[in-house]
Amino acid sequence: MRLEPIADPGLTRTLGLPAAALALTVIIGSLLALLAGADPFATLGLIVKGAAGSRFAILETLNRATPLIFTGLAIAVAFRARLWNIGAEAQLYAGAVMAVVLGAGALGWPAYLLLPAMALAAALAGALTLLGPTILKTRFGVDEVVTTLLLNFIALLFVSMLLEGPLKDPMGMGWPKSARLIPEARLPRIVEGLRLHWGFGLALISAALVWLIGARTTFGFEMCAVGRNANAAAFAGMPVNAVMLKTALLSGGLAAMAGFSEVAGLKGSLTLDISPGFGYTGIIVAMLALLNPLGVVVSAIFVAGVFVGADSMSRAAGVPTYIADILLATALLTMVLAIMLTRFRVRRG
Amino acid sequence: MGGAAAVVLRLDRITKRFGKLTANDAISFELREGEVIALLGENGAGKTTLMNILFGHYTADAGGVELFGAPLPPGQPRAALAAGVGMVHQHFTLADNLTVTENILLGAEPLWRLRLGRGAARARIAQLSEDYGLKVARDARVGDLTVGERQRVEILKALYRDARILILDEPTAVLTPQETDALFATMRKAVARGLSVVFISHKLHEVMAISSRVLVLRHGRLVGEVKTAETDRHRLAELMVGAEVCAPRIVEGSEGAAHLTLERVTTPDRGSAPGLKRAALELRAGRITGLAGVSGNGQAALADLIAGLIGPTEGRLLIAGAEPAGWSPRAALGAGVARIPEDRLKTGAIADFTLTENAILETYHAPPFSRRGFMNWRAAADFARRIIERYDVRCPGPETPIRLLSGGNMQKLILGRALEATPRIVLANQPVRGLDIGAVAYVQEQLLAARARGAAVLLISEDLDEVMALSDVIHVISEGRLSPAFARGERSAAELGVWMAGDGFAERADAA
Repeated sequence: MRLEPIADPGLTRTLGLPAAALALTVIIGSLLALLAGADPFATLGLIVKGAAGSRFAILETLNRATPLIFTGLAIAVAFRARLWNIGAEAQLYAGAVMAVVLGAGALGWPAYLLLPAMALAAALAGALTLLGPTILKTRFGVDEVVTTLLLNFIALLFVSMLLEGPLKDPMGMGWPKSARLIPEARLPRIVEGLRLHWGFGLALISAALVWLIGARTTFGFEMCAVGRNANAAAFAGMPVNAVMLKTALLSGGLAAMAGFSEVAGLKGSLTLDISPGFGYTGIIVAMLALLNPLGVVVSAIFVAGVFVGADSMSRAAGVPTYIADILLATALLTMVLAIMLTRFRVRRG
Repeated sequence: MGGAAAVVLRLDRITKRFGKLTANDAISFELREGEVIALLGENGAGKTTLMNILFGHYTADAGGVELFGAPLPPGQPRAALAAGVGMVHQHFTLADNLTVTENILLGAEPLWRLRLGRGAARARIAQLSEDYGLKVARDARVGDLTVGERQRVEILKALYRDARILILDEPTAVLTPQETDALFATMRKAVARGLSVVFISHKLHEVMAISSRVLVLRHGRLVGEVKTAETDRHRLAELMVGAEVCAPRIVEGSEGAAHLTLERVTTPDRGSAPGLKRAALELRAGRITGLAGVSGNGQAALADLIAGLIGPTEGRLLIAGAEPAGWSPRAALGAGVARIPEDRLKTGAIADFTLTENAILETYHAPPFSRRGFMNWRAAADFARRIIERYDVRCPGPETPIRLLSGGNMQKLILGRALEATPRIVLANQPVRGLDIGAVAYVQEQLLAARARGAAVLLISEDLDEVMALSDVIHVISEGRLSPAFARGERSAAELGVWMAGDGFAERADAA
């Protein structure tokens, strides 16, 4: 079997194949629902309704999408430059820790000073978390997939240590949980009375900025060139290693904003379970968006919708929520396949 | 033997398409016992595709292959091997860390035998190398051999497996003229013993020297089949390109100041590729300096040095007589070095980028393309359009990804990007490799035009004929050492060949 590149895929291929991928995902989801003893149409209907069926559902989905937009952007930025950052989870926790360190009473500043300071400190912490593995990569050729992945576990254990020690909430009755943020350190809600917080707004602004960097700035051009062909970029005189390091700072900072936004916007304190794998899910989000920053917003909302919808469906129909993971995994695989098939034709011999 | 000899190989209307491209269009021919046929054609004419079909690497879309009267099952290299076809590829398929003997036995011996029949095998290899004039040290590690010796191992490997038909794919591209003569002697011995040889080449004089018949391919079609005795180089060239060929005209120019000087420069070795060894070189204004040599003898190190990718570990590199403060690709560009790299797709361009993006790849960071950290894409597109127009780049537009262009048009864009800054020094590393003849002529004209403008041009090529045709001054490189400069016409190809083999240097060392 061989792959033959297609010069001009045409509209039927570019639209038809992703649609077919989505259809395949729905079919597999239906089969799974059937396997769990539920009516597949009702199950899918409940997922859609749970994700977007009411104002509450929609806001819940957007809330869930917020950290995914940040981690998705972090992955998209890094992957475009071929910096394989699998450590968004660690960077997220680094940001969350900084939010708590500054926001739980250490600084008695007003909100308009405190929130930017927290965000900045969080982004810096995340950026530094990714800088280490990237220096190891550019200096010594250490594979960043391994280092960033393993750092996730180190970060989690480190946070666990903090929550049992210096950051432990004295009023927490022994739970591994940080003190609550002071009111000035909380991200306000976008509309009073509704659960959606300004973290979502920040995420949208970040997506627009990342798009601007990629499409309009000199640094964006360098990132893209280094990602597509580092050899040619170096020959052309680009500072390849410096571009890698700057990319790492941007990517780590974005991932850390997810942690800041979850703590300051949603949870109000730090626990070990603030991220149910947002760092990893960010990879799916970024890949589904083809690493396009504006696409990340759409795919993050889609992925969040599947999770939120599956949660609510599970309560109503009794199909396990794991169906959400399977649906997303299937969507990712079929989508990647569909994208490959728009660029290549499979030939025998 | 003439027409009476048995047909050993028959290709019947072989057709192979890759997408829209027809690489082979209904090609038929016969190979007889004891003859050398030459398959002549430009790069991309379909020679290698055809042989890969014969050898089973590709399956044909239509048509069939018959070996010794029996049809060959398509797509099975093993079947071709078993039927007695031996192929020596352009890129060798040898294990560097094994000895010559082990390489020859590799795959020819059953895996489950604990003790290889080494004694008998060694005797047989000795006999074969004696019979065919393939001298090679049987116990040397292949990694330590020269390119010419490796090729002999490849041929021995095929003969050891009782090949009756030898396919040699551009075998002389990596050889000195002397090694080529030795290869031809081997081929003559082989046909005298009843073997048949398919000799693939685009070098006319070699085809004239060794073959009995010539098949000419152009754009995937068999456009001519002639007896070598009944044709001449001129006629073959016409068949090959489909038009009258004229060599570039060189007008005598005047020599100017030294724009770039190397003083006893040494650079580190990289793996098996040698670095420069105390190399001295002067690139003068209004001169094309040619660098001849067998590939892998330090050309890459010299090119990387002048391109700014590496610096000298010993000795000095001077730009217009002064040592530059730092040496990097940007420093080289700033010093007026235009760079045409050896590998268009790996180093010269970013395949997925548009023509616009590739056009500004070296200058993107300065005005008018970049101001205060933001790109001015309109200025970039204007610049790309200017290059497309001036250098005749055939493309749908500046927003086309460059990977969709032909090699020639890609090279024109890279050439335009390099020459648009009116450089003082032009580094052209294998600038016409893989291009069709029209693009070759264009690139060579542009290099000559740069010379006429007063640029100092360094032309690195493995094609000795090209170097001799274009250069005012020739250096030969061998194992990182540079020969003294020879003026145009001072040395014959054979004399340069002695240097390419590394022999002239020893004499000089003795004399010194």
